[in-house]
Amino acid sequence: MSAVADAELEPELEAELEARFEATVRRKDRIEPRDWMPEAYRKTLVRQVAQHAHSEIIGMQPEGAWIGRAPSLRRKAILLAKVQDEAGHGLYLYSATETLGVSRQELTEMLIGGRQKYSSIFNYPTLSYADMGTIGWLVDGAAICNQVPLCRTSFGPYGRAMIRICKEESFHQRQGYELLTTMMRGTDEQRAMVQESVNRFWWPSLMMFGPPDDASTNTAQSMAWGIKTHTNDELRQRFVDMTVPQAEVLGVTLPDPELAWNEERGSYDFGQPDWDEFWRVVKGDGPCNAQRVAHRKRAWDEGAWVREAALAFASRAGSAGLEDDVSDGTEAT
Amino acid sequence: MPDVRTHEPDDHDNAYAGLLVNDVHWAFGTDFEDPLAGVDATVPDGVEPAALATYCLMLGDDALVMSQRIAEWCSNAPDLEEDIALSNIALDLLGQARLLLARAAAADGAQVPALPDGSPVPDEDRLAYFRDVAQFRNVRLAEVPNGDFAQTVTRILLFSTWRLALFEELSRSRDAVLAAVAAKGVKELTYHRDFAGRWFLTLARGTADSRRRLLAGLDELWPLWAELFETHDVERAASGAGVGVDPAGLTADVDAVLDQVLAASGVDRPDHGPLGGAHGRRGRDGHHTGALGSLLEEMQVVARAHPRGQW
Repeated sequence: MSAVADAELEPELEAELEARFEATVRRKDRIEPRDWMPEAYRKTLVRQVAQHAHSEIIGMQPEGAWIGRAPSLRRKAILLAKVQDEAGHGLYLYSATETLGVSRQELTEMLIGGRQKYSSIFNYPTLSYADMGTIGWLVDGAAICNQVPLCRTSFGPYGRAMIRICKEESFHQRQGYELLTTMMRGTDEQRAMVQESVNRFWWPSLMMFGPPDDASTNTAQSMAWGIKTHTNDELRQRFVDMTVPQAEVLGVTLPDPELAWNEERGSYDFGQPDWDEFWRVVKGDGPCNAQRVAHRKRAWDEGAWVREAALAFASRAGSAGLEDDVSDGTEAT
Repeated sequence: MPDVRTHEPDDHDNAYAGLLVNDVHWAFGTDFEDPLAGVDATVPDGVEPAALATYCLMLGDDALVMSQRIAEWCSNAPDLEEDIALSNIALDLLGQARLLLARAAAADGAQVPALPDGSPVPDEDRLAYFRDVAQFRNVRLAEVPNGDFAQTVTRILLFSTWRLALFEELSRSRDAVLAAVAAKGVKELTYHRDFAGRWFLTLARGTADSRRRLLAGLDELWPLWAELFETHDVERAASGAGVGVDPAGLTADVDAVLDQVLAASGVDRPDHGPLGGAHGRRGRDGHHTGALGSLLEEMQVVARAHPRGQW
C-alpha cells in the first residue's frame, strides 16, 4: 500500500480501529501488543508498567540491605529468595513493557536519569530486622490490594504478569506476617522493635495507594481504558479494613488515633496521611531517594563492561561460529 | 478472547484477607521442606562423632561463608539475569550450609556454643552466629572480599569445580546424612560450575577490558587455590573412616576440568605459589585472613544482640 493511499484511508480506518478497541475494553477482553491501541493508552501503560518494574528493582535495596545481617539462617534464606523474586518480577514487567516498543535498557536509563518514577515507599529506610516483616505485611499487603485488580487489566501482557506476581507477593506477605508473629512471641526488645517498625511504615503504606481521588489526575482516564478498575481511595479503604483485624491478632497498635469502626459504613474510619510529605517524597526529597537511584546507577554503570563483553562474545560467536572464535584468541588480547 | 477471571470477583480480590482466615490459596507453606526426611541420622560404626562434627563444620563453613559473599551481589549485579543467578547460587550454598551445620550439631552437641538458659536459638544458628573467627573452619578462598564480577566468576569457578568433585565422592559416604547432602549438592554445584564456566569463557573472549579483569581476578585468587587440596588431620580421619573425602585425591579430576575451561578461554595457569599460613596453619585450622572477621561481624550482629531472640 502506498503512503498516499494510507493517508487517505486513515481517518476512517482509525475511527473503526478505535471503536473496535473500545468494544474490546468494554467486553473486558484483553488488548494484545499487536492490536491497534490509542497512542495515549500506549504511553500510559509504558509509564505505569515501567514504574511498576522499577519499583520491584528499587525495592530490592531496602530489603537487600539486611540479607547479610539476617539473624537466622532460615530468615536469611527467606529474605534472599524474596529479594530474588523481586528481580524476577522486575524482569516480567520489563518484558511486558518491551511489548509496547520500549527496551529494558531505555527504561533503565530513564530510571537512573530520574525521568521515570518508582513507588515512593522505597524511599524510606529500613532500620531494624522487624522492617523485613513489616514490609512483607504492610507494604506487600498494600501492593497486593493494588495489584490483584490489575490481574484483570485490559493490556494482556501486564495482566498476565500480575497474576504470577500476585501469587508470589501473597507468599511474601505471609512470610512477613509470620516473622512479626514470631518476634511478638520473643523478647520485650523484639516486641518493641515490631511496634516501632509498624509505627514507621503505617502511614507510608497508606500513601502507596496514591493521592486522594480528588487529587489523582490519571485515575478517570485509566478507569475508562480498563487499565485501572478501582480508585485510590477505594483500595486504601479496603487495605485498612483488612489490616486492622490482623494488627489486633498480632498485638500491635496502628499509629492513628482516628482509627475507629464505623457501624453505618461497615468500614473503618481513619486519619489522612501527611500528603505534603507524600508530594515531597514523590518529587525526590524523601529520606532515601538520592541513595536508591545512586545505587541503581552504580550497579548499572559498574556492569557496563560485563554487558559489553557478553555482546562482543555473542556477536563473534554468532558471525564466525563459536568453535572458530575459541581457537582465535587474538581479538580479545 | 474469554474473560480472564478465574474466580468470583470478591473471592479474587480478597487474596489479602486470607492471611488470617485460610491457608488454602497460598502457593507454598512458610516452612521449607526437610530434605533429609527419612534419612538415617545414626553416626556409623567406627566413626568418632567429634571428628564427624568437625568435618561437617569444615564443609558447612565453606558453603556458609561463600554464600554470604555471593549474596552481597544481590541488587548489585551487571544485569537482572545475573542478579537472579547469583542469588540462586548463594541460596543453594546456604541450604548446604544449614544441613551440614545441623549434622555437625547432631553428631556432637559439645561443639555447639552454649547460650543463656531458655534461649530458643536452634543449633544451626548457634553454630553460624555464636562461634568466633578462630572456630570457623572454611578454606580462605571463600572468605576474601568480593572484587568485580570477573573475580566473582573466577571464585565460583574454582570453588564449584573443586566442591563438585568432592561432593561426587562424598555422595558415597558411609554417613547416610552426608551422602544425601552431597547427592543433593551435586546437582546444584553442576549448575554453579556451568554458570561460572560460561561466564569465564565469555569474559576471556569478550573485550580487551573483560579479559584484563578476568586475568586480574584469577591472579588474585590463585594463591588460595592450593589450600583446597591440602589434607587436614580431620579430613584424613574422615576419609579413613569412609565418611569423608581426602581432598588431595581430587587434584587430577579437578585439574582436568579446570584446564579445559582455561584452554577454551586461552588463559594460562598463573605460575605463582600458594598463600602461606602462620606456622602451617590455614583456614581448616581456624587461621584466616582479616576479611573473615569483618564478614562475621556483619553476619552475626543482629543475632548476637538478641541471644534469647526468636526469629
